This record gives sequence, C-alpha cells and structure tokens, in this order.
Amino acid sequence: MKGYNFAYLDEQTKRMIRRSLLKAVAIPGHQVPFGSREMPLPYGWGTGGIQVTASVLGPDDVLKVIDQGADDTTNAVSIRRFFARTAGVRTTTITAEASVIQTRHRIPETRLREDQIIVYQVPQPEPLYRLEPSRVETRRMHSLSDYGLMHVKLYEDIARYGQISISYDYPVLVNQRYLMSPSPIPAFDNPKMDMMPALQLFGAGREKRIYAIPPWTQVRSLDFDDHPFRTINAPHPCGLCGATDSYLDEIVTDDRGGRLFVCSDTDHCAQRRQAGHVGTDGMREAAE
Amino acid sequence: MAYVAVKGGERAISNAHAWLAQERRGDSTVPDLTLAQIANQLGRSVDRAMGEGSLYDRELAALAVKQAQGDLIEAAFLLRAYRTTLPRFAHSHPVDTEAMLIERRVSAVFKDLPGGQILGPTPDYTHRLLDFGLADGVAIPDCATANPDEAAMPRVTDILRQEGLIETDGSSGAPPGDLTREPLSFPAKRDVRLQALARGDEGFLLGLGYSTQRGYGGSHPFAGEIRMGEVSVEIEPAELGFSIDIADIVVTECQMVNQFKGSKSVPPQFTRGYGLVFGFAERKAMAMALVDRAMRAEELGEDVTAPAQNVEFVLYHSDNVEATGFVEHLKLPHYVDFQSELQNVRRMREEAARTRPCAEAAE
Repeated sequence: MKGYNFAYLDEQTKRMIRRSLLKAVAIPGHQVPFGSREMPLPYGWGTGGIQVTASVLGPDDVLKVIDQGADDTTNAVSIRRFFARTAGVRTTTITAEASVIQTRHRIPETRLREDQIIVYQVPQPEPLYRLEPSRVETRRMHSLSDYGLMHVKLYEDIARYGQISISYDYPVLVNQRYLMSPSPIPAFDNPKMDMMPALQLFGAGREKRIYAIPPWTQVRSLDFDDHPFRTINAPHPCGLCGATDSYLDEIVTDDRGGRLFVCSDTDHCAQRRQAGHVGTDGMREAAE
Repeated sequence: MAYVAVKGGERAISNAHAWLAQERRGDSTVPDLTLAQIANQLGRSVDRAMGEGSLYDRELAALAVKQAQGDLIEAAFLLRAYRTTLPRFAHSHPVDTEAMLIERRVSAVFKDLPGGQILGPTPDYTHRLLDFGLADGVAIPDCATANPDEAAMPRVTDILRQEGLIETDGSSGAPPGDLTREPLSFPAKRDVRLQALARGDEGFLLGLGYSTQRGYGGSHPFAGEIRMGEVSVEIEPAELGFSIDIADIVVTECQMVNQFKGSKSVPPQFTRGYGLVFGFAERKAMAMALVDRAMRAEELGEDVTAPAQNVEFVLYHSDNVEATGFVEHLKLPHYVDFQSELQNVRRMREEAARTRPCAEAAE
C-alpha cells in the first residue's frame, strides 16, 4: 500500500518484534515484554497477533485468518483484508494451504505441520490475573514457579462443583516450567497444543507481551491425578458434515428450543462435505 | 428452517463503511465542515485529541475529529495510529515553561506575584447560560489587549524554592523513558508516569484526582500555578552541535503545591504534583498534577491505600485507547467460548441435580 511499508510496520519495529519472538521461543511459555505499537485496529481486536504476523510474514507466505474457527467472521475478514492490502500476500481459507495462520479463540481441526506457524491473538497473557491482579506480583510468581494459587483454585472448583469449572482459556504448563494462558480457546483445543509440529506464537498488543511454544514442546493442561483434565464438547455430530470429533457451535434455529450443532471450523466442515460426508441437517437441506 | 452458514462478512463490512461515510456527512444540503472551522472553533476538542493522541498537529487533529464525528477518544486513536508510523529523527530538549509566551497565568497561593495574575481566555467566570445569540452568529465584542510584563514571569515553585520551602526538581540525568517504544515496567519512574498521565484519559484522571480530594489518598493540594501559552520546541541535531527551534506549541502547565510533614531525612516542606498537557486543557493538567502527586505516596513515605496512589492500577488503566479497545472488543464474536460455557453449565447443572436430589424433592 502506498505510503506504508510491507505489512504496515517499519522494518526496525519488525526487527524488534522478531528479537522478542526469538527470546520467547528460547524460553517456552515465558511472557516477553515488547514495545507494542499502536496499530490502526483497536486494542483487544488482535493488535498483538497482527504485529506478530506482520513481523514473520514474507512476500511468499500464504495467510489464513480465523476468528471463532471461521474464515468469514467479520474481524477475521477485516484482518485478512488488512494484510491483503498492506502486504499483498496470498490469502486462503484452506488450513493445509496456509503457511501462517492467525487465529482468535480456536485451533484448526486439521493437524498443523512443521512448515506452518500459528499466531494466536491474546487478550490477557497473564494466566494468574484473576487470582492476583498485580502484574508485579505475578511476574514474581512466574520467576519462582510459584503456581500454588492456581492449583488451589482448581482444587476449590472440584470441592465446590465436583469438577474444574474452567471451560476456555484453560491454563497450561509449558515445557514443565511456565504457566501459560493458551488464549481463550476452548479447553477442547488444549490437547492440540501438546507436541504440535507447528511453531505457536502468541501476541498480546494491549498488554505488550509476546510468548511462544516451539514445535514439539510438551504442553500440559493443569489437573490432578484423581481429576484428570478432560475436554467438553456438545454430545452431537455436526449437523452439516456429520463429524463427531470436531468442536461444535450451537446455532439457535427457532424460538421453540430448536438447535443445530455445526463445526466451528468452517474449513474443516467444508472439506468434509466436499469429500462427501453429510450430516443430518445437510441431508434435510438437500431434500428441501 | 434450513441452516445457512453466515457468509458475506466482507460485503457487510464494505456496506457498513459506506453507510458510516454517509452518516458522517449527514444532510448534504448543510455545508461540509472544513478543517479550519474545526481547528478554529472547536479548539478544546482539537486540544484533547492532540493530548491524548500524543501528536501535536492542529490540522491532523481537526481531521481526526471530523473523521471521528466528534468522538474524541476515536479521534485520539486515529492520531495515535498515524503517529506510530512516523519516523523519529530527534528528541527535543525539555520545553522551558518559564520562557512561555503567557496567555494565561494564575496562582491560587499568592494574591499577587511578579508578572501578575493573567486570566486569559478563560470560561471560568462566565455564567453558564445558553447564549442564544451565538446560534445566530452575533457580533464578537472587541477585546482589550495589554502588553504583558515582558520581563519576568517566574514560576511560583521557583519563588517558593528561594526560601527552600519546596522540594527541588529531581533529575536523573538519564534519557527519559518512552512508553510508545518500551512497554511499561515496574517500578515505573516519574518520567514514564508523567508520560502516561499526559496521554491518559481526561475523564479517568479527573475522577481519580477528584477521589484524592474526597479522602481517598488526599494530599492537601493548592493550585500553586497554572499557566498556558506558547513554548518553543528545540532540538539539537548531532551534526550541528547547537540547538535549533523547530516549533512553537501551546501547552498548559499546572504545578500543585502539597503539604508534606517531613520525614527522618527531609525537613517539612511543600511537595509538588505536576501536570503538562498539549493545548489549552486546564482540567486535564490539574487532574494530572493531583494524580502525579498521589502516585508519589510511596516515595514520600506515605501510606498507599487509595486507588490514585496505586501506580500499577493508575498506569494500566489510564490509557483510553487501550481501554476502549478492550471494553469494545466484547462485541466481537465470542460464541466458541460461550459454547464451551454452555456445555459447562449444563454439565454442572447435571452434577448439581445428581448430588442434591433430596433438596429438590423436598421443594
């Protein structure tokens, strides 16, 4: 775009961000402060992810942007358009075709590869903030691996509700060292982070933090021996493609309690339907 | 009803932008606002956008106000997003407010002082009666002009300092921090705190400053001096070796003078809270000075009990561009998380029903 550098940020800034990224990769799960810039999109709308993407993006990259698992949600459209405009890179909705995937709130169902990078938008990088609001204090807790507070919280959940009541942004321990927020992905997606072949980068623009998980790194969702971590998903197959192993969105179809469950990952659903899989609602649709 | 996946976000966004542009323009039979009109006649709006946008440029600020339809936080956001792309080629010297070309200068602690009290173009003593004449464009009264005392307009704090009654300016000698390049870290030094306050939201700082006056971290403030006028901005390019004047900007400065009972190492004296803001922005400068002083509680050995004294709390929440982005991001889709919460609540209700059948049966 005229008047702006490739992918919006100037090269000095990208270099600064890449230095932070290198540090983040070297210390998996550790939050690295960085000189987050003011972006032309609002804070909380993916400015961290955008800065990370801008810093790793090259002219040959193919970019996919999703929000809630979908390529066509408004903010995903807006960010994809931002990079199409400022970097002129090729974009795609197909997970397997993308070299860089920026995401908000989901990890694609398609298993990622070593030659891919996934960039998470992070609203609140500090996993302990609900328990201890002072970042001065939480920084100290991280340096000492003092995560007792979080274990007590999980224990209290079990004592009170019989189970851990966190359903998204479920805390993980990275490389057996740092407690980390996986960003507000559903707990369903947590296991995908463990030993993922792709590089995982996390950008929090407003909070000015970057963190990372290198490929093939252990990521463990916190739990107890007698209360192992388990994921939650709607007990239905996808209404459109019949998938039973994907994360489902619940669509309200009428005001009489009608519900339809469909894949949140729109690409995954489309690929399956192209391959001939049909769900119960898909059949009804075809019949109509 | 057959379910059709929500598509067409791209077209919807384009259409929304077009509608916004029409909405901004409004009735086309009404003349379009010019930037000169905004810069001249909505000066306080332009000042606020420049201050919170951290960019001194009246014309760009007027454009931002126009583009934002008068929404000043949005205007500050537009300015910041533009500012971040500008190359940085020099750091200025600190501006010398003693050498200010004064338009207004008042002190609440001395009845008269060298240089005198100069009210300037203040709305302070206007009666807040809607002036219906203004709606019809009445003639503007002539205004008296005087030659201000060319000689001396010493700052009140300097007058107090001659007697040793007030703390001196601290100077670390280190280059000042810059929040727009380096993330906030703690303990945050005063240079960074003042930068954050100068960029901070006027309403937020006003509320915090007000809270210190109502007992939440009070520090017995007096408005030692408020001055507003033009100061020159100087830089010293390395290849020149001497300073050159690159701009004249209007700023408002407020020095609050606060009581301090002394400590083991320091005799009783007055302490200071400092406010400096782009443009004519007296309310903001005063609030800033109150909050600056409140945040010095720990340094001065006072109890830290109130929100305004909590440096981390104030600095992390005073930036309205950060705040508005994060508050408003709640309108982005969250249905993946909400879905997991739905399943979670259903599961927890099942669990509750299973473990408390007796209670329900008894109801």
